[in-house]
Amino acid sequence: MRTLAAVLAALMLAGAASAADTARGRKLYFSACAQCHGPDLRGVDRDARVGAGDNLALGPSLRGVGAQAADFYLRTGYMPLRDPTTQPRRTHPKYSERDLHALVDFVASFGGPGVPRVHPVRGRTGLGLVLFTEHCAGCHQVVGEGGIVTGSRVPSLEHATATQIAEAVRVGPYVMPRFSERQISPRELDSLVRYVLYARDPDDRGGWGLGHLGPVPEGIVVWLFAGAALLVVARLIGEGLKR
Amino acid sequence: MKWLWSALALLLGRGRRPAAPAAVERPRIVPRQPPSPRGENWVLLLLVLATVAAGAFIAVYAIDRLPAQTQLLGLALGLAFAFLAAAAAVASRFVVPVEEVSEPYPEPEHPAERDEVLQIVEESGERMTRRRLLKVAAGGAGMTLGTALVAPVASLGPALHPDALRRTPWRRGVRLMNSSGRPLRLQDIEEKAFYTAFPEHASHDELGAPLVVVRVDASRLDLPDGRDPERWAPDGVVAYSKICTHAGCAVALYRAPLFEPTSASPALVCPCHYSTFDPATGGGVLFGPAGRPLPQLPLEVDGGDLRAGGGFSGPIGPSWWGVRRR
Repeated sequence: MRTLAAVLAALMLAGAASAADTARGRKLYFSACAQCHGPDLRGVDRDARVGAGDNLALGPSLRGVGAQAADFYLRTGYMPLRDPTTQPRRTHPKYSERDLHALVDFVASFGGPGVPRVHPVRGRTGLGLVLFTEHCAGCHQVVGEGGIVTGSRVPSLEHATATQIAEAVRVGPYVMPRFSERQISPRELDSLVRYVLYARDPDDRGGWGLGHLGPVPEGIVVWLFAGAALLVVARLIGEGLKR
Repeated sequence: MKWLWSALALLLGRGRRPAAPAAVERPRIVPRQPPSPRGENWVLLLLVLATVAAGAFIAVYAIDRLPAQTQLLGLALGLAFAFLAAAAAVASRFVVPVEEVSEPYPEPEHPAERDEVLQIVEESGERMTRRRLLKVAAGGAGMTLGTALVAPVASLGPALHPDALRRTPWRRGVRLMNSSGRPLRLQDIEEKAFYTAFPEHASHDELGAPLVVVRVDASRLDLPDGRDPERWAPDGVVAYSKICTHAGCAVALYRAPLFEPTSASPALVCPCHYSTFDPATGGGVLFGPAGRPLPQLPLEVDGGDLRAGGGFSGPIGPSWWGVRRR
């Protein structure tokens, strides 16, 4: 009887806590997000100018994006974004773990997919390489160094966590295309993430990765080193002949 | 300077055999040095090795399907140069004279002075006993190496069979398959995602084979005149050749804005030189060095599967002289 009472009390406490968290999430949303994403989470488009003067408020609808997108954007520090017309850059998350949960739960309460579960250990690095080259390497470089696409910068995957990589694949942040489960299955995603984690520290055959930027820096280094070596050899031959 | 003179001696010395000396015996300028058959043998051997290495480069290049092709090519060419350099070094040490001759030479104004220079050159070459053989070996090595250096020109394009540039496996009714060989279905093509497709029962490696398929918002669709959206963009799904019309790279980037008012518009981008094409307007060039739109493929829907509705709207692959007239 006493245990039952204890369980009931605990449940009530948990319920109160979750209600408090939802209220907290709502409060946080209205203080930082609602200006661009709208008080009803339906977004703000160009026709409905909300901001004053140059402080243009623009943002996509958050209905149906789910915990998946909210978790990604908040944990990468992409959001909140000071100027909505700029590309979000990776920084430290701006919220404490508790506030972040509250916000994610609030956005998730409007429907949408949850945070994808990814298990890199179940994947195969080789399959991951194949998938990454086909779908990702065009922009992110074959080892995830990032680069540019006309009109925006492609971020490096150096600091992305396994979950964040999975979230980005499904969400397609900024100008990145998104990939459905039909295109990249959850099993394949495990391999893909495993490859990205591997590619941060690949075993470079030559011993020196040169930033993994590809053939241009490699060529420059070869020319510099080979040129210097040739000069030394030519010099030595010349000296040898003089004696 | 000495090297220059050695080379000059080799060049000018040809055809002047010591067996046919000038009528008058003149005092020597270059001190007589004993011939060095060992040095000559070494030079010959090194020149032959250089020839073999350069030949190996051509062979590896022509075979074109060895496992470590790049490494072998580099090794062969590197060895050819190394042997040639070694031959030159040995020759300068043992075969051509290394004594300092009086420098600088005055301008040969008088016939006597000119004869003197000629004599120096002639006497310098006397040390070689098998001059002809050495010359043939050096010429052979040089020519083989030259051929090796020029051989990769063959990769610039199919000179003998230019039709390969225009041939595509896409005919009316050919099904679109993904890279793992499953057919692409119209309903599976989502907006803001991109798909690579290949023709059924055809090689993926052909220039005209790969396609990039995306779904465009119907309100944005603005195809060139004469391209009926029903036939070229069923339900907003468009297919383009994946080979960039600039230099022939794979158009592997799809810029798919999550929220268009705050970022760039949807576009297909080539990672090599950032040619940017608009999928909604028939592959028109938005930015970059490409000079003509991506060739579009008309589509048919057959029981949900996507099939080609005919051939491309223009010549596929990189552009060349007069390509627009095709």
